[in-house]
Amino acid sequence: MSKKIILDKESAEFTKKIIELSGEIVTLCEQCGTCSGGCPMCDKAETSPSLMMRMAALGQKEILGSDIIWYCASCYTCTVRCPRGIDISKVAEALRQIILRDSVNRIDLSKLTPAELEKLPQIALVAALRKMTG
Amino acid sequence: MRIGVYICHCGGNISDIVNIGEAVEFAKKQKDVVLVRDNGHICSNEGQMLVLSDIREFKLDKIVIAACSPSFQGQTFMKMMERAGLNPYVLEMANIREQCSWAHINYPEEATEKAKDLTNIAISKVRLDTPLSKAKMPIGKRVLVIGGGIAGIQAALDLGDAGFKVYLVEEKPTIGGHMAQLSKTFPTEDCSACILSPKMSDVAAHPNIELLTYSEVIAISGYLGNYNAKIKIKPTYVDPSKCTCCGDCSEVCPVDVPNEFNEGLSFRKAIYIPTDIAVPHSFTLDIENCLGLLPLACAKCRDACDAKAINYDQYEKTMDITVDTIIVATGFDIFNPAEKPVFGFGKYENVLTALQLERLVEHEESGKNLVDIGNKIAFIQCVGSRDEQIKKEYCSRVCCMYATKLAQLLKRNRPERDIYIFYTDLRAYGKGFEEYYKRAQKNGVKYIRGRTAEIQENPKNKKLILKVEDTLTRSLIEGEFDTVILSTGMVPSEGTKKIRDILRIGRTTDGFLAEAHPKFKPVDTLTEGIFLAGTVQGPKDIPDTVAQASAAAARAIRLMNKGEYEAEPITASIDEELCAGCGVCISVCPYDAIAFEAEGARKFAKVNEMLCKGCGSCAGSCPSGAAQQKWFNTEQIKEMLRAIL
Ligand SMILES: Cc1cc2nc3c(=O)[nH]c(=O)nc-3n(C[C@H](O)[C@H](O)[C@H](O)COP(=O)(O)OP(=O)(O)OC[C@H]3O[C@@H](n4cnc5c(N)ncnc54)[C@H](O)[C@@H]3O)c2cc1C
Ligand code: SF4
Ligand code: SF4
Repeated sequence: MSKKIILDKESAEFTKKIIELSGEIVTLCEQCGTCSGGCPMCDKAETSPSLMMRMAALGQKEILGSDIIWYCASCYTCTVRCPRGIDISKVAEALRQIILRDSVNRIDLSKLTPAELEKLPQIALVAALRKMTG
Repeated sequence: MRIGVYICHCGGNISDIVNIGEAVEFAKKQKDVVLVRDNGHICSNEGQMLVLSDIREFKLDKIVIAACSPSFQGQTFMKMMERAGLNPYVLEMANIREQCSWAHINYPEEATEKAKDLTNIAISKVRLDTPLSKAKMPIGKRVLVIGGGIAGIQAALDLGDAGFKVYLVEEKPTIGGHMAQLSKTFPTEDCSACILSPKMSDVAAHPNIELLTYSEVIAISGYLGNYNAKIKIKPTYVDPSKCTCCGDCSEVCPVDVPNEFNEGLSFRKAIYIPTDIAVPHSFTLDIENCLGLLPLACAKCRDACDAKAINYDQYEKTMDITVDTIIVATGFDIFNPAEKPVFGFGKYENVLTALQLERLVEHEESGKNLVDIGNKIAFIQCVGSRDEQIKKEYCSRVCCMYATKLAQLLKRNRPERDIYIFYTDLRAYGKGFEEYYKRAQKNGVKYIRGRTAEIQENPKNKKLILKVEDTLTRSLIEGEFDTVILSTGMVPSEGTKKIRDILRIGRTTDGFLAEAHPKFKPVDTLTEGIFLAGTVQGPKDIPDTVAQASAAAARAIRLMNKGEYEAEPITASIDEELCAGCGVCISVCPYDAIAFEAEGARKFAKVNEMLCKGCGSCAGSCPSGAAQQKWFNTEQIKEMLRAIL
């Protein structure tokens, strides 16, 4: 079955919040796909940058669970190419902030085994602990 | 003095925001106002009849209309005044729509206050308005058409047929413009050269058209009914009346030059004819590339020419003409794709522009291939259009359809071809366009909704890889293409920029020349007697270009046909007695309309009312108060300010 998109007050509020936090008018996106075509992470992520922009414009909260916002390396390739002049990396950053502002402890350091600590990339650890910084 | 004030609702456009009742009460309290009414639509016939009967019944001698912008309905109400037997210049409009209800849609109280202020300003001004009369000026039947693309050709033919004398000036050796380069034309697929060349020869044969090719307008002065143009005519070194177009001269010419008509895909000689359908039908010696005439370096072409058509003793000439009106039809250039380095134009040999493809397709059809472009071909849409990164926000309007056309022509030449069009939005808005798009899909052209981020070349086989998302499935496209065609948009031509400076006419933010009103004066400019035709005004296809060219011809005829016209009376005037002869006005006038005159030892400035556009620069800068703007004199402006201070 096709997925449903619910357009209600909550979704409208969510779009507004993204616009406020990022300073980018996400509803300007014309869904051309330039950002995805050039994104160096796009073939790794489940969600493409243009889909992220679409979900942001429609205020769909599932976007917070997408992997693209964490894959985004803020390389700005999308931003310098977007024909509508949108700074897409700022939108990804806004979505990360929304999550981080919840200040949930994503990992409990004391529960990590030495083997896990060995394997985990440093940047992942830093990102995971980056609460209250948004 | 008996002033009547009318406050319009504009069917809710004004009355939904502005409190009309309050504005009416306010206007009633003003001095000299004897009648105030509000009405749903004063511009309607019914509204005008009401004003006309009030003028009779209440003996009104001045009228204020608080409604929309005077540039929208000003003419309507001025005509109404004439019908009532009143002078059109004892009418004032207060713009309470664009400047109040529309601008302050969320602030009804403030909008109402502003509406009252603007109405009061209009009442204060109308008190001091005096009747102005329009001078009748003689006008002839001569037109200068600049640019010989399809727009200029159509305008020239319409004017010539209607009995007007036309000078058609084209900078290239032939007329025809871009249309001459096209293979076929969407959506009907008429062969472009076949439908264009009869019109081109009609121009050459027309008794009322004087064709000046290889020529440029270098200066224009004057005004409606008396424009003086200086035209530079370059020598072609070939006498068109003798040239038989046998081509013996180019056969012996040792110089190869990239052929601009074929968009650099082939070479021509220094003595050449741009195309088989060229008009004038004659060869041209391109002096920039010739080995040299002074001193004579080669002279092979002259020796080869049996018709003795080549004459090296030709020099640049200038010609002065006087015309009554001017039509500007200087067209477009294609966007230079090197400005988008991500597409590798000029770096990757298999990346071509659509205009190059037009030339290729035409040669392919006649079996004379310019280059083989293979079978797997991608079109990239919106190159140079709809892109804020290169400051081109507009849609070029023809690329969706020309790609649709070229894709089908390519497939017809070789049915095994696989063709993909990568687009952002597909715009098939015109008559027959949607049907044409559908036909392409039926013929197997594949449309992929995604804008290409970049092109990479496989260095081994020179094939091209596109980085692009199919936005409908959210998947990245993989695969190599033999050739990529860039559907480049339209930009204002270099020739347009030159002419804009010479004629001093405005442009819109997209850089194309500005029409006087986007709805009601789409081919006029703000300078009386100068009109626009074709892509000089903005991107458009051939049918729209032709329609606009005929419209420009009709608008020019409208001014010239009666043999006289009424000059706009709102000009500046300078009081000779007060003028101190300082010359400030002369230095600030943007239209060179003021000059000194002498009376004995005394010199004073005088306005040429035909040149004056009523901008008010002189009146604002004159230190002795001698320069005054009719209808906006200093006393009136003071009264208008007093009304709101
Ligand atoms: C690749 C491509 C394919 C197209 N295919 C189609 C199609 O299939 N169907 C369709 O309807 N439309 C098509 N078009 C659009 C079509 O080409 C234009 O609508 C049309 O050519 C516009 O004509 P114009 O006279 O306004 O401009 P132009 O053709 O540009 O003519 C302007 C003329 O003015 C001359 N000039 C410029 N400056 C000066 C100056 N200062 N002094 C003297 N002369 C000057 C130029 O040399 C030129 O001859 C296509 C466009 C492109 C780019
Ligand atoms: S490049 Fe810009 S307009 Fe295009 S899909 Fe991405 S965000 Fe939207
Ligand atoms: S003079 Fe010589 S080089 Fe020049 S056009 Fe004639 S043949 Fe060609």
